[in-house]
Amino acid sequence: MATKAPPLEKLLAKGYSQGFVTEIDEDSLPPGLDESVIRAIVEKKQEPEFMLEWRLAAYRHWRTMKVPTWSRVHYPPIDFEAISYFSSPRSRKDAPASLDEVDPEILRTYERLGVPLHERAALAGVAGAEAKGRSVGVAVDAVFDSVSVATTFKKELAELGIIFCSFSEAVQNHPELVRRYMGTVVPYTDNFYAALNAAVFSDGSFCYIPKGVRCPMELSTYFRINAAGTGQFERTLIVAEEGASVSYLEGYTAPMRDEHQLHAAVVELIALDNAEIKYATVQNWYPGNAEGKGGIYNFVTKRGLCAGHHSKISWTQVETGSAITWKYPSVMLKGDDSVGEFYSVALTNNFQQADTGTKMIHIGKRTRSTILSKGISAGKGQNTYRGLVKVGRKALGARNYSQCDSLLIGDRCGAHTLPYIEVMRPDAQVEHEATTSKISDAQLFYCRQRGIDAEAAVSLLVNGFCKEVFRKLPMEFAVEAQALMEVSLEGTVG
Amino acid sequence: MSGSLLSIRQLAVQVEGKQILDRLDLEVRPGEVHAIMGPNGSGKSTLAHVLAGRPGYEVTGGEVRYDGQDLLALEVEQRAAKGVFLAFQYPVEIPGVSNIQFLKTALNSLRKQRGEPELDAMELLDSVKARMAQMQMDEALLYRGVNEGFSGGEKKSNEILQMLVLEPRLAILDETDSGLDIDALKRVAAGINWFRREDRSLILVTHYQRLLDYVKPDYVHVLQQGRIGRSGGAELALELEQAGYAPTSGTAPERTGGVR
Repeated sequence: MATKAPPLEKLLAKGYSQGFVTEIDEDSLPPGLDESVIRAIVEKKQEPEFMLEWRLAAYRHWRTMKVPTWSRVHYPPIDFEAISYFSSPRSRKDAPASLDEVDPEILRTYERLGVPLHERAALAGVAGAEAKGRSVGVAVDAVFDSVSVATTFKKELAELGIIFCSFSEAVQNHPELVRRYMGTVVPYTDNFYAALNAAVFSDGSFCYIPKGVRCPMELSTYFRINAAGTGQFERTLIVAEEGASVSYLEGYTAPMRDEHQLHAAVVELIALDNAEIKYATVQNWYPGNAEGKGGIYNFVTKRGLCAGHHSKISWTQVETGSAITWKYPSVMLKGDDSVGEFYSVALTNNFQQADTGTKMIHIGKRTRSTILSKGISAGKGQNTYRGLVKVGRKALGARNYSQCDSLLIGDRCGAHTLPYIEVMRPDAQVEHEATTSKISDAQLFYCRQRGIDAEAAVSLLVNGFCKEVFRKLPMEFAVEAQALMEVSLEGTVG
Repeated sequence: MSGSLLSIRQLAVQVEGKQILDRLDLEVRPGEVHAIMGPNGSGKSTLAHVLAGRPGYEVTGGEVRYDGQDLLALEVEQRAAKGVFLAFQYPVEIPGVSNIQFLKTALNSLRKQRGEPELDAMELLDSVKARMAQMQMDEALLYRGVNEGFSGGEKKSNEILQMLVLEPRLAILDETDSGLDIDALKRVAAGINWFRREDRSLILVTHYQRLLDYVKPDYVHVLQQGRIGRSGGAELALELEQAGYAPTSGTAPERTGGVR
């Protein structure tokens, strides 16, 4: 009946459009973890000795650690012996030298995901971009299960001295850089999942921007988990030398599977004097079905180090997927006058849980940080913002501004804001604002009266709520993020 | 009655078990302007909301035919697509969604439901700006969140702007004149008069005669005890202004705010 009050929320019955499985021959290690597995990974990847030593040290340390339980997420204990720690598509050669050598099935997968892997069309974009003096091209590194399958634009970037390749290639071709920086921001002793990652990570992306170079295009990595019963442990390392700048985006998807899959990544960013790194994430892992079955456990450690003065690191994340999200992209503001930023949209629907936020550690003088967090809860989703702002003894004149907004859709979801503030200086300026709001029946009726159906209205209202964060994304990804919100909100109103 | 755009027969409506409208009859033909007046609590806003399909109102009797169809069987957005527009007494704020984006989304949603192609963004912008100029509205309002931080007058003007852009066939204005100063009232009235056309109908729900000084109605109805108590031409409003609502309701007559 048109006059009866429609319930504002109804459990989502959406289809996860990226939930297909690609039929390819996978080369996997049997489940379980001991030193022989680590040696096998090192051997498969033909890594140098220092990697083996580092991985083994991490593994031994991990054995002494316990699973962290402090976050507001609930899940049955993970059986780490049931996970396969290495899976790679068995292609004709171990490392495809060009796109032509990549398994066509994988290329089709990326095509279905909308990854702009083919260079030709994009190249035209770059040529035009140079003329206009701004970046529109996108260089892509694609990671399928644990192994990088293709990196585009490598040659164009190399001419500028930029290294953008898979982590494995970096270990082979630039071991001195890997050795110098790997683990300096997130040491393997940092936490349980960081230790596990250090021990078993199989690939990821590596990016090095030399002194004074502004990367002319967006760098992008797409991660996809395909194989069943595998964990994905990738590692990303980005170094921006003095005066360098780079904008980087990572995207994630995974097929629908009934069992949970573990994703424990580590991302390290290092910005030297006057360098700037923008790091954006659009995460759309399979969130599990409407009853909470399946979905990705996304336990990730991301940290940036503003090592140099006037350096800047900016995290932007749009998190709509995963059964559980547990991540706190952080910035260590060591250099004087360095700047840290965190812009986040986290959406939880059905039985999704998110415990996410940031840490801004002010060490240097006049360091500044901004935190803008937008949490959206629908269905029975639980959304927690957890953030630490710390101002150390030497951080003269440090400033922080934090704003945490929560939006509730329906009455069975939850939003929680847990700010931690530690200030050791009297001259520090730390501000925290938090709001919680609901999509009101009045707003919904207003939109519908103007001809916008309920689902489109919710998506419009939510996009309005997220606007300040979406604005921080590169244009083409802002559009993608909006579309993602629409899909993730399907079925939240009746 | 033949030729009616809107035909309300014996409409009865309850809100939370309380009878608000009781055997209400009303006929609105294309091109007509009807003013609905009446004391507070007489059911004026309820009538406006029921016609638009706001949830929470229970129709317990009677029927409403719109353009030959059972209006009450349609969803809110379907009624909008068929040309029913409600200017809200309290326009809702939508933070972060710009006014122009909202107009574009609304217009294209209506067009899509009607099977019409989407309107070109530049074309839309030009026509919106032309109407804003007519209404003496600041173009900057287009790029602010819908009604976000708007003054009372700006919100009401914005409702009229939406009406002019969306071009409904039946516009119901729920106390659009309340809370406006005289300049804002004139601008809003000018907007309403631009809207008037022989194929468009208007229902003006109002407390006051003063809007009717600028928008001349064809009919004035007085809502009392949930139904139309008296009907007349534009002169009835003037009479009410002087004498107040006739004490036929059994309750104490309330004076309209127009009496100073």
